[in-house]
Amino acid sequence: MITINTDLLTADGTLNIERIREDFPILHQEVNGKPLVYFDNAATTQKPIQVVEALTAYYLNDNANIHRGIHSLAERATAAYEATRDSVKTFINAKEREEVIFTRGTTEGINLVASTWGLANLKAGDEIVVSAMEHHSNMVPWHMLAQRTKAVVKILPMNDAGELLTEAFDTIITAKTKILACVHVSNALGTINPIKELIAKAHAVGAVALIDGAQAVSHLDIDVQDLDADFYAFSAHKLYGPTGVGVLYGKRAILEAMPPYQGGGEMISEVTYESCTFNELPYKFEAGTPNIADVVALKAAIEYVHSIGKAAIRTYEHELLDYAVSKLKDIEGIRLIGTAKDKVSVQSFVFSDIHHQDLAIILDKEGVAIRTGHHCTQPLMGRLGVTGTSRASFAFYNTKEEIDQFIAAIYKAIKLFR
Amino acid sequence: MATINEIQDQIVEDFGLFDEWDEKYAYIIDLGKKLPGIDAKYKVEENIIKGCQSLVWMTSNYKDGKVYFEGESDAIIVKGLVALLLKVLSGQPAEDIAKSDMYFINKIGMEQHLSMTRSNGLASMVKQMKMHAIAYQSKTV
Repeated sequence: MITINTDLLTADGTLNIERIREDFPILHQEVNGKPLVYFDNAATTQKPIQVVEALTAYYLNDNANIHRGIHSLAERATAAYEATRDSVKTFINAKEREEVIFTRGTTEGINLVASTWGLANLKAGDEIVVSAMEHHSNMVPWHMLAQRTKAVVKILPMNDAGELLTEAFDTIITAKTKILACVHVSNALGTINPIKELIAKAHAVGAVALIDGAQAVSHLDIDVQDLDADFYAFSAHKLYGPTGVGVLYGKRAILEAMPPYQGGGEMISEVTYESCTFNELPYKFEAGTPNIADVVALKAAIEYVHSIGKAAIRTYEHELLDYAVSKLKDIEGIRLIGTAKDKVSVQSFVFSDIHHQDLAIILDKEGVAIRTGHHCTQPLMGRLGVTGTSRASFAFYNTKEEIDQFIAAIYKAIKLFR
Repeated sequence: MATINEIQDQIVEDFGLFDEWDEKYAYIIDLGKKLPGIDAKYKVEENIIKGCQSLVWMTSNYKDGKVYFEGESDAIIVKGLVALLLKVLSGQPAEDIAKSDMYFINKIGMEQHLSMTRSNGLASMVKQMKMHAIAYQSKTV
C-alpha cells in the first residue's frame, strides 16, 4: 500500500517546497563542493521516495510474473500492475482502461504506431505531417516509415519565437495527410502547441493524430478525450516515475484494427504450429514479460503529482520561469531561445561568444546541472541557426535560491571566458 | 627535445601551482585562446573527431620519424585540452606516441574530460593521435 503525503501543500494552497524537497533525497547533495542545483528536469525528473519505496516494496514482497500464475504472488503482482493501468486511465482521462498500453517509453510508443498503423495504412504519395520542433523520436520513425512506404513527410513551420504558424495549418494539413504527429510541448523550447486545434484539423481531412506528450505530462492536465487525440505517448521518467516505462494511449477502434507490434508471450490468444490468433487489448501490444516493477511504481509517481495538483505545480513553475527569465535577459550577449507566449518552465539560451559545452562544464563545477547540445532536435537547431543551446528546465522542487546560484555560475563562467 | 613523459611531468608540476579549480580552467581557457587555429582547408569531415556537443579537428604531418599535430575545437575548454595534448605529443617520435601513457590528464584533475558522454572526450582524441602515429609507423616499415 502506498502512502501519499497530505502536507505537500500549505494552508493557502501553495507548494510546501521544504516539505516536498524532503521527499527527494537526491537533491540534498553537494556536487564539486557546491549544493546540487538540478535544472535538467526536461531530460529526466528526480523520483520521490514514494516511487523508490513502491519499487522496492514490489521486489521485496510481491514479485512474480503477471497474468498467468495461479498463486498468491502472481495475483498480487498482476493486481498491482493492472492498478497502474487504471491510474493512468484516470490521469489522462481515457475512456477505457484497454486503451492504455505500457511501453518502454515515448519513443517506443511512437515507433509502435509508425510500424503497425503506419505500415498498414500508408502508401506512396500519402503525407505525414510533423512540426518543425519535433524531437528525433517523433521525426525519425516517420522518416523510416516514409522510406518504406514512399510516403512524404511535411513540416509545420514555426516563427522565431518558437510558435507554430497557425496560418500555415491548412496548407500543410490536406486531403493527402494520413497522420499528424506533433509534440505537445517542445523539449528544446518549452512551447505549448495548440494540439487540440491541430487534431481537429487532422480529423477534418480524415487523418489520425498522434501527440508526443513526453514533455507535457508533468506540467499540463492531459485529457485525451477532450483533445480527441487518436494516440498520445509519454514516458514515466519525465513524470517523477521510473525509467523504462511509458504509456501509449490509443482509441480503442484504431487499436483494434491495428496489427500487433511484436510477437511473443502475452499477446497471443492461441498458437498452433501453423498459426496463431492474437490476444485482446491491451495485451495484444504487450508482448513478453513487461517491466512490471516500474509500471507498479509509476502509480506512485502519478499519485504524488496528483497530491500536489497540476494547477498548483504550474503556478509555481511559472514563477520560477519568470524569475529565471528576468535574471537571464539582463546578461550581456545572451539570446533567449524559445520565447513563445504559451510555455512550460523550460528556458533555452545561447551566447554568441561562449560555446554551450564550455558553459556546461563551468556550471557543473558550480554544482549546476543543465543540458546543452542539440537536445535531439537537430532540424530545429538548423531552423534557429544554432548548433546547440543551453537549457535550464525547472520542476516543482526547484527554488528561486537555486536560480540565483545558477545565474551566479553563469556570471562566473562569463568572467572566465571573456 | 624533452620526452613525452618529461613534458607530462612539467605540466603536472605547473598545474600544482593552482589551488582552485577555476585557476586551472582559466589557464586551460588561456591555452585554448592562444592555440592557433588550423587552416580552413583542413576543417573537413575526415579530420573531425565528432561529438554530440562540440567539434574537434585534428591533422598531422610526418617528418623524419616524428609526428607533428595541429588541432582545433569550436569549444574553448576543449581547445585548451587539445593544446595540452599537442604540447605533449606533437613533434615526438611516432613509436613513442603509439606506446605513450597520458597519465598527466588524471594528475592535473582533468579525468572527467576523458570520457565525456557521447562527446569528443580526451580519450578519443588521444586514441586518434595514436592512430595517426601507428599509421605513419606502418607506412615506413
